[in-house]
Amino acid sequence: MAPSVCLQEMIRVIRSARTQGEERGVIQRECAAIRAQFRQADSGGRSHNLAKLLYVHMLGYPAHFGQMECVRMIASPRYSEKRIGYLGAMMLLDEKQDASLLITNSIKNDLSHSSQYIQSLALCTLACMGSAEMCRDLAPEIERLLKASNSYIKKKAALCAVHIVRKIPELGELFTPSAHSLLSDKNHGVLHGAVVLITELCERNPGNLDEFRKAVPELVQIMKGLVTSGYSPEHNVAGISDPFLQVRVLRLLRILGRNNDEASDAMNDLLAQVATNTDSSKTAGSAVLYETVLTIMDIKSESGLRVLAVNILGRFLLNNDRNIRYISMTSLQKIVQTDHTAVQRHRGTIVDCLKDQDASVKRRALELSLALVSAANIRSMMKELLRFLSTCPPELRSHATSGIFNAAERYAPSQRWHIDTILHVLITAGGDVRDETVPNLIQLISVASELHCYTVHKLYRALISDISQQSLVQVACWCIGEYGDLLLKGDCDEIEPMQVTEDDVLDVLETILQSHMSSPTSRGFALTAIMKLSTRITNNIDRIRSVVSIYGSCIDVELQQRAVEYNALFKKYDHMRAAVLERMPIMDKNSPGHANGDPSGEITKDLIQTTPIQGLLIQEPASQVCDLLDLLGETNTSSQANQNQVNTTSNSTSSSVQENLLDLLGGLEPTPAPNVTVYEKGGVNLKLQCDNQTETAITVTFTASNSTQSDITSFTLQAAVPKSVQLQMKAPSGDVIPAQGRGTVTQTILLNNPNKASLKMRVRLSYTSQGTLCQDMVQIDSFPSPAWN
Amino acid sequence: MRFMLLFSRQGKLRLQKWYTATAERDKKKMVRELMQVVLARKPKMCSFLEWRDLKIVYKRYASLYFCCAVEEQDNELITLEVIHRFVELLDKYFGSVCELDIIFNFEKAYFILDEFLMGGEIQDTSKKGVLKAIEQADLLQEVDVSSPKSFFLFK
Repeated sequence: MAPSVCLQEMIRVIRSARTQGEERGVIQRECAAIRAQFRQADSGGRSHNLAKLLYVHMLGYPAHFGQMECVRMIASPRYSEKRIGYLGAMMLLDEKQDASLLITNSIKNDLSHSSQYIQSLALCTLACMGSAEMCRDLAPEIERLLKASNSYIKKKAALCAVHIVRKIPELGELFTPSAHSLLSDKNHGVLHGAVVLITELCERNPGNLDEFRKAVPELVQIMKGLVTSGYSPEHNVAGISDPFLQVRVLRLLRILGRNNDEASDAMNDLLAQVATNTDSSKTAGSAVLYETVLTIMDIKSESGLRVLAVNILGRFLLNNDRNIRYISMTSLQKIVQTDHTAVQRHRGTIVDCLKDQDASVKRRALELSLALVSAANIRSMMKELLRFLSTCPPELRSHATSGIFNAAERYAPSQRWHIDTILHVLITAGGDVRDETVPNLIQLISVASELHCYTVHKLYRALISDISQQSLVQVACWCIGEYGDLLLKGDCDEIEPMQVTEDDVLDVLETILQSHMSSPTSRGFALTAIMKLSTRITNNIDRIRSVVSIYGSCIDVELQQRAVEYNALFKKYDHMRAAVLERMPIMDKNSPGHANGDPSGEITKDLIQTTPIQGLLIQEPASQVCDLLDLLGETNTSSQANQNQVNTTSNSTSSSVQENLLDLLGGLEPTPAPNVTVYEKGGVNLKLQCDNQTETAITVTFTASNSTQSDITSFTLQAAVPKSVQLQMKAPSGDVIPAQGRGTVTQTILLNNPNKASLKMRVRLSYTSQGTLCQDMVQIDSFPSPAWN
Repeated sequence: MRFMLLFSRQGKLRLQKWYTATAERDKKKMVRELMQVVLARKPKMCSFLEWRDLKIVYKRYASLYFCCAVEEQDNELITLEVIHRFVELLDKYFGSVCELDIIFNFEKAYFILDEFLMGGEIQDTSKKGVLKAIEQADLLQEVDVSSPKSFFLFK
């Protein structure tokens, strides 16, 4: 067995361990030694061993094997062992452990011990970890001790009784008679204990309130004694006589005076006296004043007293000590609803606290400031709040912005002020505003019709300096789209004139479209705004057209859909364009279109969907139309129109493709692929030729010839391939196929098949022959491969 | 008061006293969380913060953080005074107390705390009274150790 090391030595060794592993090793050794020692009966160093174990426990290591040892130590007749045994019980045993019941008897015996220090150990342990059963068992003992002649024990018994009442409120009636009589004791410790006990009894059982209200005069007497007494060295703390006792008495008075006129009257004078006489230069005095204020505000006090209390809080606000400022704002927050005018007087100081360094003080100041905003002070308060917003810590931002918006909405003196304020917020903290701000603001702007010019100018100016705040971008885009003509007119009475050209505006909108910082919603707004401008500007319509058509092949589905529809608006429905894109009517809040951030887009979409769309033919070869997907009859919805990639798969040709590649890799020249006729009808002949460029890239060439008597015009081909294959159509050689085989039209399509899926293709032909429009479709399931090896 | 913790700047727990029945696992979790929160505070910040449903009052003395969790209706300013009183008691007892004293004599620190607070409330508002009681108890222990078969009675 390793020699046992004394406690301090062990601590030293553990502390000198350099790694966690080393420490664990030391502790394991020590625990083994301790366990061995525990098994040995009556060893001299028992208390040392338990102390060592308790240290190990504090470091976080398991120590449950010490529980029985604690029980044994508590039963020992020696004080040193009892002391450490009880400490161990408080640390290792809690009421959930079974072993805790075993010490009940020891505690009972020790409660009647002749040595008060041993009694004190028992009382302390019971008050710390006594379970409900233990409390029930020992409550009579405690009650007896409350009446004991020794004040040392009385004060401890009182606090032990508090614990018992917390555990089993019904036992409170056991202590009620003795509690009252304790108030006549001279010892401050006993008084303190008595006041705490009475507080607990009243809180647990409101029926006790009447009984203890009779004690109000006594309590008032005690307080008076403390406040007016001269210097008492034993209880003095920074010039206050026993602040701990004062605070507890005040708290009890609060509970007794609540909702009771008689009791409140009895304490009025006292409270006034305490409030005026207490020196608050140090924390102790401030603590007493704070408790006094809480009491005054909670009981039925006269208005003069209430004003005094609010003034004390106001004085606290000016205190250098940050803790006291925080406390006062917490209290003011509680009373701001009921004593609004009184708190308003301190508005200036509260607003100053917005500039404090501490985040918790700032938070309190913000909440109070928002509560103090009223119609009278809205302009000055908003200035302060906006100033605060620019230096606001990030965790308070969204709270601040929503508070500002609420305040602005309730008390805005004018529409222009309202719009200015919201703009300011968007510019400073646009990233932190809630989502519904954007539609709310749009609605607000549309309502303020005489301010459209002003608003759009301001927004434009904000936009050109910063496009990173998404909510600002969205609102600005919407405005520019709607009121672009006012923007371009240049002059506006309330703002310095600034010349804005159509190119400038389109530049900004395009920048937003292309910027990485823009969210998909913002880009949607920007695109729609560009579209709307097509009816409001004169010179750059082509530019708009090209932007819109480029986005017809955008990756983002939403943008692509919009672009495609706008394109259609240009091409087929140009006569309707002006009507569709005209100024929006004023929305009321909560109308159906209001919820969607971009109501105009919704309307144009509806219009297009109601008119039947029949095979829109878009001439640019780069874009594929969504309805090819319908042709294929796959489950793809429009969301799959991603990149002109509509794909089906088949397995047959994949292996042949691979073998072709082996041919290539083998260094053989690929023999020219055979030309296969895939379609032959009505004199039109379509041939297909395949070339494998690389492992996954295939070039497909279609050759169309015409054997009829007359030329075929407007010949177009459209193609669709399986999902995993990518397709790129090159420009056709022409769209007229001369008659009688005199010439052909060829079109090349590049395919990329990274997954080496089997190739299938669906091709739609459309042409005009002899004045009639013909359309047809052919499915190509197997692709001819170059000659096999 | 619900509980009191003493911990160093490096996050080592030096003393913990719980005044409500809490499971061991929960205790560890709460200690870990609270230490993180308090250690993250900057020096000039407020001594009070809100954590879960409790109010936390903490003060740093040299390398040790004294941290108390009090309930909604408790007075934070007086809790600061309670902490200060405890530090004064330790100081008087150990003579210019430092963290090492509390590390190597942790059981004595607990004895002092148990003489000063019970169930989270102050037992004796007089500093002298508490110190005298501890002195007497120590004497009793010493006598007991030196002459194991007898012990003095003090009333």
